[in-house]
Amino acid sequence: MAADELAWCRCQHLGGNELTAASTTTKALSFDGIGMIFPDGTEALQDVSFSVDRGEFVTVVGPSGCGKSTLLKIASGLLENTSGHVSVDRDRIGYVFQDATLLHWRTILSNVELFAELHGIARDERRRLAQEAIDMVGLTGFEHHYPKSLSGGMKMRASLARTLTLQPPVFLFDEPFGAVDEITREHLNEETQQLFQREGFAGLFITHSISEAVFMSTRVLVMSARPGRIVAEFDVPFDYPRKPELRFDAAFAELSGKVSAELRGAHS
Amino acid sequence: MTTQEAAETGAIESPLVGGADPSTMHAGAYREKSRPRLLAEIVLPPLVMGALIASLWYSVSYGVLDERRRFLLRPPHQVIEVGFLDWDNFSEILSGLWSSTRVAMIGLVIAITIGFVLATLMSQAKVVERALFPFMVTLQAIPILAIVPLISFWFGTGQQSRVVVCVIISLFPILVNTLFGLQSAERGMHDLFTLHRASRLTRLRKLMFPAAMPAIFAGLRISAGLSVIGAIVGDFFFGLGDVGIGQLLRKYANNLNGEQLLAAVIMSSALGVTVFLIFGWIQNAAIGKWHDTSDSGI
Repeated sequence: MAADELAWCRCQHLGGNELTAASTTTKALSFDGIGMIFPDGTEALQDVSFSVDRGEFVTVVGPSGCGKSTLLKIASGLLENTSGHVSVDRDRIGYVFQDATLLHWRTILSNVELFAELHGIARDERRRLAQEAIDMVGLTGFEHHYPKSLSGGMKMRASLARTLTLQPPVFLFDEPFGAVDEITREHLNEETQQLFQREGFAGLFITHSISEAVFMSTRVLVMSARPGRIVAEFDVPFDYPRKPELRFDAAFAELSGKVSAELRGAHS
Repeated sequence: MTTQEAAETGAIESPLVGGADPSTMHAGAYREKSRPRLLAEIVLPPLVMGALIASLWYSVSYGVLDERRRFLLRPPHQVIEVGFLDWDNFSEILSGLWSSTRVAMIGLVIAITIGFVLATLMSQAKVVERALFPFMVTLQAIPILAIVPLISFWFGTGQQSRVVVCVIISLFPILVNTLFGLQSAERGMHDLFTLHRASRLTRLRKLMFPAAMPAIFAGLRISAGLSVIGAIVGDFFFGLGDVGIGQLLRKYANNLNGEQLLAAVIMSSALGVTVFLIFGWIQNAAIGKWHDTSDSGI
């Protein structure tokens, strides 16, 4: 592996619980030996261990169907893992789904207010939080539109805003930009990366796009085909805020190439 | 979901953070049809068809039927003269129609209430759905004529029995549509409510019921139409008390009042159409802003 030649790239093949051994107080989310076997016998995850600190943006890339999304469902408590242990404050998780899942019958403002509403926050306060979040994702002026009149990218922004209202310290992203076109996706990557910088949350992002992963993250993990295991880890050294031109940087291409090589290996 | 596609074509992407300008957005930007084309394409076809039907009607009245048998199909102008323009005759039809409308509405309200309650219970517990559903299907499958004797046996031959017919005939669509609607909220939306620990009642109020609205309205329109039919059929069999349109139809047929018979049939149909339009209008006012009615074909 040529990875060793680059000083800033730490590429290691992980076996077991190496990562969890280093326990620090800044850990916002940690997986410890997570295994998941569905009732039908499908083994989705096998001994997955890693953690995400505050101020870290970790992306998991892997072939489709490798159990990446399952990992987020387990982190959020939507699914119960069959072995291992997750530690995270589940009351304070932001979870952005693959689909925008906006409620069709609510305006954008009222959709963005939903979580605050479910948490019993008073009307004036939740309106203020929602407006703030809407401004942050660039949807100002669309407050009173219904989801049906928004494009896919705009719906995704609204979904992001909805999650931002509660200012969660842990953010889970389940391939949120998979359904939008390339240009929109790149814009959304830049904006997400800006939000991460501004809000300083711990981010766990799932995708199968390598350039998206390298562009936004502080660390990229490669997951193998089912049953999903973490097979490689790369630190991403570029400074924030990252500019769009970074995508054409030689170092960017080199790192992407390495992730890609690992990913191809993970496929078989 | 075709809503997705409508959104793609009806909206533009916001250019940059904070740079989105709502004034550049307008949904449904297709050009309106010009007035002459509108006339030719929309108004003319039904007019031509109407004229065809009228001429066929005349040719049967005057060409096929001889003088002695013309009472079987009176020509249109006689139906209008005797059935609609003679106030004594027309007011009789109107009051019969009103009586049947009341019966239909009472029946519909009862059916809606029962349908909502049952559908809500069924949506909350699978076991209730499994227990009730076969019986609802069975009830729906009974031909109404088969239980007419039973209804008169239990409820007599008056207004009450007509309402019972309306309820039986209109319960199923509203029940099934409400249930289907309550179950139609996407999995991801349910996950949102689960993640934020919403109570059962909150989930029902803020997710399941709003999501069910389009299906509920579709059910309402079907049920309302059926309820009108139920009222007329019920009136036909249970004639005690108020004279409804069913009683009048029977009377006109027995007395060979062909003109009034046809006028009453036309007015019954007009009632059905009116009810359908009213519910369509209510639906549009209630959910038209966020739901594309044309999408679901409802």
